[in-house]
Order: sequence, then structure tokens, then C-alpha cells
Amino acid sequence: MADTIGSAELNAVKTPIFREVKKGEVRKHIITLTVRNELGVLARIATLIAGKGYNIEDLSVGETHEKGISRMTLEVIGDDVVIDQVVKQLRKLIDTIKVKDLTDTPHVERELALIKVHTATPRARDEVLRLVEIFRCRIVDVSPETYSVEITGTEDKVNAFIELVRPFGIKEMARTGKVAMKRESIPQEEE
Amino acid sequence: MLRKGADIVIQTLKEEGVEIVFGHPGGAIMEVYDALYRDGGIRHILARHEQGAGHMAEGYAKATGKVGVAMSTSGPGATNLVTAIADAYMDSVPVVFITGQVPTHLIGNDAFQEVDIVGITRPITKHNFLVKGIEELPLAIRQAFYIARTGRPGPVLVDIPKDITQKLSDVSIPSLEELKESLPGYRPHLEGNLQQIRKAVRLIMEAKRPVLYVGGGAVQAEAQKELVELAELMKIPVATTNMGKGAFPELHPLALHMLGMHGTYYANMAVYNCDLLIAVGARFDDRVTGKVEEFAPQAKIIHIDIDPASISKNIVVDVPIVGDVKIVLRKLLEEIKREGAKLYFPEERQKWLERIEGWKKKHPLTYRKSNTVIKPQYVIEQIYEATKGDAIISTGVGQHQMWSAMFYKYSFPRQFINSGGLGTMGFGFPAGIGAKLGRPDKEVFVIDGDGSFMMTMQELITAVQYKVPVKVAIINNGYLGMVRQWQELFYERRYSEVDLSIQPDFVKLAEACGAVGFRAEKPSEVREIIEEALKIQDRPVIMDFHVDREENVLPMVPAGKSYRDMILEDGKKAVEAETMYLVG
Ligand SMILES: Cc1ncc(C[n+]2csc(CCOP(=O)(O)OP(=O)(O)O)c2C)c(N)n1
Repeated sequence: MADTIGSAELNAVKTPIFREVKKGEVRKHIITLTVRNELGVLARIATLIAGKGYNIEDLSVGETHEKGISRMTLEVIGDDVVIDQVVKQLRKLIDTIKVKDLTDTPHVERELALIKVHTATPRARDEVLRLVEIFRCRIVDVSPETYSVEITGTEDKVNAFIELVRPFGIKEMARTGKVAMKRESIPQEEE
Repeated sequence: MLRKGADIVIQTLKEEGVEIVFGHPGGAIMEVYDALYRDGGIRHILARHEQGAGHMAEGYAKATGKVGVAMSTSGPGATNLVTAIADAYMDSVPVVFITGQVPTHLIGNDAFQEVDIVGITRPITKHNFLVKGIEELPLAIRQAFYIARTGRPGPVLVDIPKDITQKLSDVSIPSLEELKESLPGYRPHLEGNLQQIRKAVRLIMEAKRPVLYVGGGAVQAEAQKELVELAELMKIPVATTNMGKGAFPELHPLALHMLGMHGTYYANMAVYNCDLLIAVGARFDDRVTGKVEEFAPQAKIIHIDIDPASISKNIVVDVPIVGDVKIVLRKLLEEIKREGAKLYFPEERQKWLERIEGWKKKHPLTYRKSNTVIKPQYVIEQIYEATKGDAIISTGVGQHQMWSAMFYKYSFPRQFINSGGLGTMGFGFPAGIGAKLGRPDKEVFVIDGDGSFMMTMQELITAVQYKVPVKVAIINNGYLGMVRQWQELFYERRYSEVDLSIQPDFVKLAEACGAVGFRAEKPSEVREIIEEALKIQDRPVIMDFHVDREENVLPMVPAGKSYRDMILEDGKKAVEAETMYLVG
């Protein structure tokens, strides 16, 4: 010991300051991807995210205005630092053209749901109709027993509507994943 | 001109400059083998197992820097490649794997020898694809080569259904321009941000106790000249990872040799105590960092890497620089020289180097010598001396791998070939065959464990068939040695299923295959048989060294522990006094 650290030095030695491993906040991330619409591209993306131990909470895919180019919106709940890593890994995939984490950028988010509600009584029919008007959604199918309602909006809006019609009895429901896009304007009030 | 798909495959390989292909045929790839036969322009090495073919292609790629090619049929042929694919992925080795697939109309039908190899290899390839039509075939193969060798290199798999290899087409081979256009999202970043480079320069000049931490990326980029210049100009000692060996000449006075789990005392001390760590083409693997919280605890970190996803993955860094290591180092050197290559604390820097010298003197890499029993380290030292440090060394996985990293001194990139990331037993021998075929001008030694060798030893006959004069030194301890070492140190000597004392007679095995076999049981025989082996140039040689059975690899930092917990070469739980304190 003496040959490397002198005793004078020893006294002056600092206590170790260990490197902190950064842990990020766990929250919902909205990630959008522009990808080449190649065989297996979706599987590749899903495999990558699952390989990091995360679940894709929500997913939507569709073609863009360019042929052969699709756009995906993903929602993943996870640690900020790890999600940053996932985004970087997604960027590395050969089929991805653009990857953005929109979570901290002003953006527009929409989803669509089709809800088949039990409306066997006149009271139920009136009530649901009123809700449809308030929420500005549409009835797309009618039967003596049911109304099928189409609603688009933010997740909160869709959830709110579902909660209001739930007491009537929901026979069937289908929800798309979210689609999201960066805002170009200053954030405005939603609708 | 109308050509069969199979001929297009061979033609495209030739356009890519492929001289040698490693593989094993079968039904779904037969057309390609037929085209290979008819063309006659590409050499094919018939491995006896597809895993062997895959590792040969890796060894070839690692030794030459060119893209390796391995080929197999569908189903079991393809699944036999999987270990090699994963190995290439972990070590960023550029290899194109070509697999046959059942005809298009049978895909998804559980046809004979069908397996979804694209699905299976998705997480272990840089990219992979199933060719769906003959028009796509030449582009797919060109893309595969381009993706495999550019950016952070890696394995790419191309799966080709049999009917596509049989179809006729007049599709032409695309140009580089067309190729790039077909990959709109793929743009490897090479240059390095100048702003960041300037920040790095400032940190380098201001540091009192800097250390360079060099990994496989520097070998890939062949940046030795730049590294030596940087180290000498700024007086920075250099530690390398297992994958980074040879990126910086190990006989250089600034060399600290390997760091991490089986790193040298002085490399680990230097990293533990440094105030600036410059990571170059290295990825902060857990075998290097140990407990991350206590890795280089006082240091600012600069990280140069071609892969943006490698940066701040395990450890958050202060100055990230994304780019090709060689290009970035050149720019860094330019900037340093423009600033007059000044050091802010030249005396501190000098003191730092002296301190490191002290550590080197106090705990050099060493082992307990013996006149009666062969020490594994001694075998490696003797190979080093007999080959004057100029051989390419390929290893299996285990203790012998670590001793090969420690006791052979590497002075040029691509000289040390081993399975770093996946740690694949059975890698060394076939990889050595591939390396020798790629670099016939160099002696290639495979330093293998008895356990590792047995995993791919059928390739002995391959080496005999093609007259590949690799020298195989089996460090025969009759144990799965590395596992036994862990059991000794961390499981109170409960040697569960690691005994390999029942073994084939490796000398007879060599003879049975038409190779040459030697055995050494006494230290005095070691050098002798190495010299004998070196004389043989028309066939492989097996040297069976019966070594001390319970020798350990030391120093060692137990997995997940801090450098402070390093066990030293005398077996003592060392360091107590010293690394407890940081040099201030
Ligand atoms: C394919 C594979 N299986 C298992 C392991 C786990 N493993 C790591 S080292 C080792 C023992 C290696 O024994 P040997 O090749 O004889 O080399 P030694 O350690 O004795 O030098 C084992 C089993 C591995 N790395 N690879």
C-alpha cells in the first residue's frame, strides 16, 4: 500500500462517490413509427419491445399517403430511460424510417370505438340517443334491441362515454388503438 | 438473359466479392449447390455440422474483416445455424446466412423440413428476410451484404424458397445506388458531432487521471494507429476488453491489458480510480463493469460508438459521440493538435502514469510455476514464444479462453478471435478453421478446452479434407473448468456434473481422422510438441496438454461485484487496503 498511496495522501483521500444508475419515471409513452410495409415488420417491432420486457398496451397501424409506407402508433408503459433505449433500438431496425416518442411533445391523439348498447326500452333509447348527441358521436346500426354507436376522440372521451352507457348493458365493443400526430399549432382546446 | 434463381444467387455472391462459402447442403438448397457446382468460381467448404459452418464463417469474417457467408438447407439445417447466428449477433460479426426454404406454396403448411427460420432468428439478426419472388432475389442478397458490413456490423439471414431458386428470370443485379434507395430508413451515422468532439477534447486535456477503455468496435474500425497516437500524445493508459484485444498493442508501455471480471489488477485499479474514462467502441458489458454503481465511480465518461443505441444503455455518459470509431478518433486528434495538444495538469498526469507503473509492478499477471505438472498458463506462454507473438489465436469458452486472453500478448487487430458476447463453447475450433482459410499467411492456433472442443470436434475431418493446418492446443483439465472454478469459489466445492475425466484419446482421434496428434504430460514436453506442430503445414494438428486440473483463472471480480472485491492471483481476497480509497 505504502508504495502507491502515501499516508499524507491517505488522509486526504475522498470517500468513494459511486455512480448512480439512472432510473427513469414509469409512465405512458406514445411512440409513432413510419415503417416500410414489409413482411414481418410488425412482428419485428413487437419482438423488440417484448424482448425488453414491456407490453404493448395499445397499437394501431395503417398505410400513409405514400405507397408501401405505413404508420404505427404504439403505447407502452415503462421506465423513461428504458423506453429511450427502446426508441433507439426501434430506429435501428432496417424497416423503420422514422421513430418518435411524442410523450413530451404537444400532439393530437384519437381513437375509435364501436359500442353495441342494449336499448330495448323506449327510455333507454331516448337516453342513449341524448348521450350520442352530447358526445357528438354517431349511430351506425339500429335494431329493435340495440344501438351501435361509433365514437372517436381522446381516450378520456371514449372512456367517459363507455362509462355512461355501461348501465344500459354493453353487448359488444371494439376499440381501435390510438393514432397520434405531432401538433403544428399551439395547443388548443380539444374539440 | 434468363437465369435460374440459383444462378442469380451465385452471381450476386460473386458481385459481392465472395471467394469462399461455408455450408452443408440439403433438399431446399440443392439448386444453389447445383449452381455452385456448375459455376465453379466460389470455393465451398463442407462443414460436418451447420453450426460449424456458421462459426467458420464468423472466424473468417473476424480474421479478415470481410463478410463471411454460411449456407444451409431448410428446417434442421437452418436451426443448426441458430447458435452461430446468435453468436455473430452478440459480437457484431458481419456474416450473411443463406438458408433454403420449402417452396412458396407450401410455406405455412408444416411441410417436410419447414421451419420459420425468419421468425426464429428475428431477435438475433441485424436484419433477416424471406424472399417472396424471384425479382426480389438479387436485391435481397445485395441488401444483406450491405446491411451486414455497414454501420454496426452483424448477421443477416436470407431465406430462399426452393421454387424461387428454380424459376427463370432476367432480373438484373441492382447497383449500389438502387440498393441504397431501397433502404430509406437505413443511414448509419459515421461522422461524429463536432461540438461533442470538442467537448471531449477539452475533457481529455483537463483530466488528471484518464483511461481509455477500448472494445471490439475499435477492432472492427481498425483504428489502431489512431488509438496509439491518441494514447501517446495525451499520455493515456489503455485498457481493452476481451473483444478489443489487439486494437492497441499489448507490449506498448501504456497498455493496461484486459479490464473487468478477469482483468488485470492494474487495469481495474486504473479504471476504478480514473477521473475520465474514454470508452471507444465498447458497450459497458456486465462482464466489464461488474456492479455498475461502483464502476469508475469518480469518472466523467466519453463514449464513442457507431451504434447510438449502445450509448447510455447501461451507464449514462457525459459526452456521447456517435460515429465510426476511426473517423471520430481522427477528428478528435485533429482538434487536439489544433489546440496545441496541451495538458492542463501535466504533473498530475505524470504522477498518474507512475502510480499505474507501481500497480503493474506490484501485481503483474502471473501464476504459480511448476516443474512437475503442466500449468495451462505455461502452455499459452510457450505458444506465444514459439510463434513470436504473431499467430492468430482462436478459443473456445472457459478458463482456457481467459488464460489465452491474459498470457498471449496481442499486437494487431483481429488477432484474438473468441466468442465474447454469447460465450459459445465449441466456437473456437471451427472459427479457427475459418480464420486460417481467410488468413493462410498466418499461423492459427486454436486454444481450446476439452469440453469446448468436444462440442464441434467433428470439424476435424473438415480441416483434414481441405488441408487446413490449424494447430489445436487442448488445455485438457478433465473438467468443465470454468464452471468447476465457480463451484470451488462460490458453491463450497460442490462439483456438480463438471467431471470430464472420461474422454476420448485425442491423439488417436486425430490419427483416426488423418490429422496429427501429440500429447504432453510433463512441462518439459510442452515446447517440444509446439515446435513439432509448427512444422506441419498440410493438415491439422491436435496437441493434447494434460494440465493441472484445479488451476484457477485469477484475478477475478465475482459476477455483479465491484472491482473492490477482486480476488488476486495469490487467491487472497485482495485489494482491501488499496481500492477502498480512490486516488484523489
Ligand atoms: C454451449 C455452452 N454450454 C455451456 C456453457 C457454460 N460454460 C461456460 S464455461 C464452461 C466450461 C468450459 O469447459 P472447457 O471447454 O473444458 O474449458 P475450461 O474452462 O476447462 O478451460 C461451461 C460449461 C457455455 N458457455 N456454452
